[in-house]
Amino acid sequence: MEAVLFFLAAIGALGGAIGVVAMRNPFYSVLALIVHLFSLAVLFLLLTSAFVAAAQVVVYAGAVMVLYVFVVAYVGGGGESAWEPIPGQRLPAPLLGIALFVELSVAVLSSALLALGTHGPDVPAGFGDPAAIGRLLLEKFLVPFEASSILLLIAAVGAIVLAGRRREDEGAVTPTGHSAPQARPDGVAAASSPGGVR
Amino acid sequence: MNVEWYVVLSALLFTTGAVGILVRRSPMVILLCLELMLNAGNLALVAFSRMVGNQQGQVFAIVVMVIAACEVVVGLGLIVALFRRKLPLNVDDLRELRG
Repeated sequence: MEAVLFFLAAIGALGGAIGVVAMRNPFYSVLALIVHLFSLAVLFLLLTSAFVAAAQVVVYAGAVMVLYVFVVAYVGGGGESAWEPIPGQRLPAPLLGIALFVELSVAVLSSALLALGTHGPDVPAGFGDPAAIGRLLLEKFLVPFEASSILLLIAAVGAIVLAGRRREDEGAVTPTGHSAPQARPDGVAAASSPGGVR
Repeated sequence: MNVEWYVVLSALLFTTGAVGILVRRSPMVILLCLELMLNAGNLALVAFSRMVGNQQGQVFAIVVMVIAACEVVVGLGLIVALFRRKLPLNVDDLRELRG
């Protein structure tokens, strides 16, 4: 039963990953990533980590993917141009990928981790449930917990600064005011700040 | 299932994400492939945490999720800013910073 679930979830995760890479439309890529994330949540449940699986579904497949869908709908799909600055770039990439996979597998499987071929030790009933993870987060890992909250705040402020609509008349201090204005294409400098058109 | 199955699956997912970053041009799809790589790392972390019988790897995986959320927010903000300035959404066209 567990093996069947593992292989079903593994096929889902791998198919979702390949779908992300292969789909031409970014919207379908996002949908494939949602399939991938749900399959990964099943794998997390098989590894007796209920809280990580729940966080995966709620945070990733819920919140983050809604953000992606929103931005894809805002920006629009559009095909990729066939222009390649480095000719033949797409040909070696799968070969490099295969080499990377072989290297990772050899590095992990030939290691001296004796427990790698086992199912892992028997764990108590509360292993990985929200109570245990919450106790770890708030007792042993309190400083990383608080630091990650500050990081989230910084990321939110940074996103607002990057993507927020700035007023045309009082754009004295914009985040792009110090970059090189002559490097931009035409039509961009007119919309930027007064500091950019000096 | 043995832990090595999970680890090999994680390596495969990581490889898929890396190939996607090398092959695709759209910055949005590149962000999605970064998500794939971070999730592969998460799977390996949780698998090793199960192998050791210790829950601290799962806390690490949750922190990685937080980092991924921050990366998504900043990356999508960059994409929206690019779109507002009518710059091409193609990483090969955006090469002013290359020497």
